[in-house]
Amino acid sequence: MLELVLFYMASTIALVSTILALTRANATHALIYLILSLLAVAVIFYLIGAPFAAALEVVIYAGAIMVLFIFVIMMLNLGEKGDRREKQLLKPQVWIVPVIFALVLLVELVLVLSQSEPATTQGLVTAKQVGLTLFGPYVIAVEIASMLLLAGLVGAYHLGRRYLEEGREAKATRDKGHQISQEGVR
Amino acid sequence: MDGVSIPLDHVLLLSALLFICGLLGLMMRRNIIFILVSLEVMLNSSAVAFVAAGARWGQADGQIVFMLILAVAAAEVAVGLGLVLQIQRRFKSLDMDDANRMRG
Repeated sequence: MLELVLFYMASTIALVSTILALTRANATHALIYLILSLLAVAVIFYLIGAPFAAALEVVIYAGAIMVLFIFVIMMLNLGEKGDRREKQLLKPQVWIVPVIFALVLLVELVLVLSQSEPATTQGLVTAKQVGLTLFGPYVIAVEIASMLLLAGLVGAYHLGRRYLEEGREAKATRDKGHQISQEGVR
Repeated sequence: MDGVSIPLDHVLLLSALLFICGLLGLMMRRNIIFILVSLEVMLNSSAVAFVAAGARWGQADGQIVFMLILAVAAAEVAVGLGLVLQIQRRFKSLDMDDANRMRG
């Protein structure tokens, strides 16, 4: 019974925070809600008997991919507006809802972990099973995923490198004296 | 399966609702960062469906497809955010409607 209640609470949080994420005007606030939604989905994964998928969801989705988003928003460098937004972030009405949702998820986690037996009654798929299947019949999929990630790496480097070079040129033309001295050094 | 466990239908319903949210966001928002966020939501909702189906039959296949979706999402976000930087530099805005002209 407990896992049913926890499941419905987590799915409500996932849905509400997704809707809030997609209706925010501010990209940083939207990302906070999106991270919450991903954490709620991780709780759901744990409850339906996929603990390894839950860990991956937290580490890779809510960790790595969202950090990429936040880095790019920081790189866009919104200037004066950014400072005002920074002050706005300290107001309670901005962070109170995400904090409440995150606390509910934390309570769910503690409840699930405090049980002696696993919370799920369905077939638990362990990390060992996943690994054996991944590097057994699905090994070609691993190769394809590695090629895809390499293509993504090369594409992102190509697109981002030009951005960095343009930024360096603009900086060089802005302060001419520095430019001349740099040329001399070169 | 006894009556206590989480019904597969409800997980699939959650996945469909999340997908609808992502699709609506993709169609309504014009900011490119929100378009990428909506794509993430849609990929994540399909991952929920895969993991739920895999857990229902106690097979690891669902989680393997989840990992492949994760790889696709990571590659897509890396390239997409590179494009965000380019569009911001070229058009000085993140509005996709500013970038809707193709150069033949």
